[in-house]
Amino acid sequence: MKLHEIAHGRTGDKGTTSNISVIAYHAKDWPLIEAHVTAERVAAIFDRHVTVTRYVLPKLHALNFVVEGALEGGVTRSVALDAHGKSLGFAVLEMELPA
Amino acid sequence: MKTVRIGAGAGFGGDRIDPAVALARDGALDYLVFECLAERTIALAQLARVADPSEGYDKLLERRIRAVLPDCLRNGTRIVTNMGAANPWAAAQKVAETAADMGLTGVKVAAVLGDDVLGHVAPYPLDDTGMPAEALGTRLVSANAYIGSAGIVDALQAGAQVVICGRAADPALFLGPLAHEFGWASDDWERLGRGTLVGHLLECAAQITGGYFADPGLKDVPDLANVGYPLAEVGEDGNAVITKLPGTGGQVTLATCTEQLLYEIHDPARYLQPDVVADFSNVDFTEIGPDRVAVSGGAGHPRPETLKVSVGSRDGWIGQGEISYAGPGAVARGRLAADILKERLLPFQNAIAAYRSDLIGVDSILPGDSDAPPPREVRLRCAARCDSREVAETVADEVETLYLCGPAGGGGVTRSLREVIGIRSTFMPRSEVEVSVRIVES
Repeated sequence: MKLHEIAHGRTGDKGTTSNISVIAYHAKDWPLIEAHVTAERVAAIFDRHVTVTRYVLPKLHALNFVVEGALEGGVTRSVALDAHGKSLGFAVLEMELPA
Repeated sequence: MKTVRIGAGAGFGGDRIDPAVALARDGALDYLVFECLAERTIALAQLARVADPSEGYDKLLERRIRAVLPDCLRNGTRIVTNMGAANPWAAAQKVAETAADMGLTGVKVAAVLGDDVLGHVAPYPLDDTGMPAEALGTRLVSANAYIGSAGIVDALQAGAQVVICGRAADPALFLGPLAHEFGWASDDWERLGRGTLVGHLLECAAQITGGYFADPGLKDVPDLANVGYPLAEVGEDGNAVITKLPGTGGQVTLATCTEQLLYEIHDPARYLQPDVVADFSNVDFTEIGPDRVAVSGGAGHPRPETLKVSVGSRDGWIGQGEISYAGPGAVARGRLAADILKERLLPFQNAIAAYRSDLIGVDSILPGDSDAPPPREVRLRCAARCDSREVAETVADEVETLYLCGPAGGGGVTRSLREVIGIRSTFMPRSEVEVSVRIVES
């Protein structure tokens, strides 16, 4: 099962850092998401070296990942097509979880 | 109990105007806030101001003001915006002139000044290099401090009906009116934290009413084409209800509010703002009606000692070109084109600071490999950042020459060239930043 089926999220940027939220649609899926969507697994998605910090918001059934070094050169100097990394959250939502 | 009604009329410089007109007309708002300034925008505006001292504010200022000012004056709605960009005083004069031209006289327009710290930034170290800003030399074009709500409060107390800021922190555009209305003290961290929360939730406009949210089949948004902008009904304690106008498209739900809460936030317990360190870690949302979400649990801690400063510099040029390949072998022809480009650009490799080529449809956006089947069509995109404008243009030229000197069937070339304004950050003591207000009347 892909994380996309049970969670949604949004991606923002500041400088070379991307922040990606992962939010459970339903309370029943929150324990699975909290257990499996770790900082290590999010870091492994990136081709480059990144430092990932995970913040947990249990009341909202949400995780917030801060990915330092995700955006090469920062938004203003980047040669990437999606300089803001707005689509990166959907790379996280591709993650496979045990069904 | 007193309630302040505050709405968002724009979430970025190019945002839609019609939903703001609806709020001005039908929202019974006390305040309508337009957030239009991105990091890079202010540096570009600074360049425009250098070229012409009467310029350097938002290009859509006049259009937006013409669209909403009569309704705002009729309904007692005051306007707050950062459309002043690099030149809030010129923008304020423009608004007064526009009002007069529309036959609206006696409108008080305030400019909040002082965020421009280009004259003081030289010794402060930049976040990426650790070198002082002065090391940028003649490339340095702008330095703007993220100022807080104090100047906005002063302007409102002076009776301004329109308040024009430059680089104020986005949530401060909302916190200012709330602090003014409720008389919140500048060390009432809890209320300042809650006011910041309201500002943070509203500042991206449609991003909390169903914009930037739809994912068909999983997150369906009704009537997104006519998405309404949000408004908050805020109480004296800083808690609020987020809603939108009846009859507009979109939706306000727990899910839209939660996505926006975490948008561009790092540590939710420490959202650094010039007025307060806001704490969103215990925020709770409750759906209390259709498109009505109550927000509570915001908090705050003493404000930081320093202000963040955004430093803009000329950072060369980005040249870019794209060409499409389709049908059988599309991916292979696209990759061959990329290899050819790389070889042709070898003589310039020392003049190219950053280079990237991707196949749109295959690997241009997401990191990592995929086992997805090859698409029917791909688009080669190549971009290079160079100090020299000529070299950047050469990169775009070489994409165009792939028409005749590249693989079979290349089509639809587009090319572009833009000057790069790099943005870096530094921090400055508050004492270096002196905020003031200047008023003009139509």
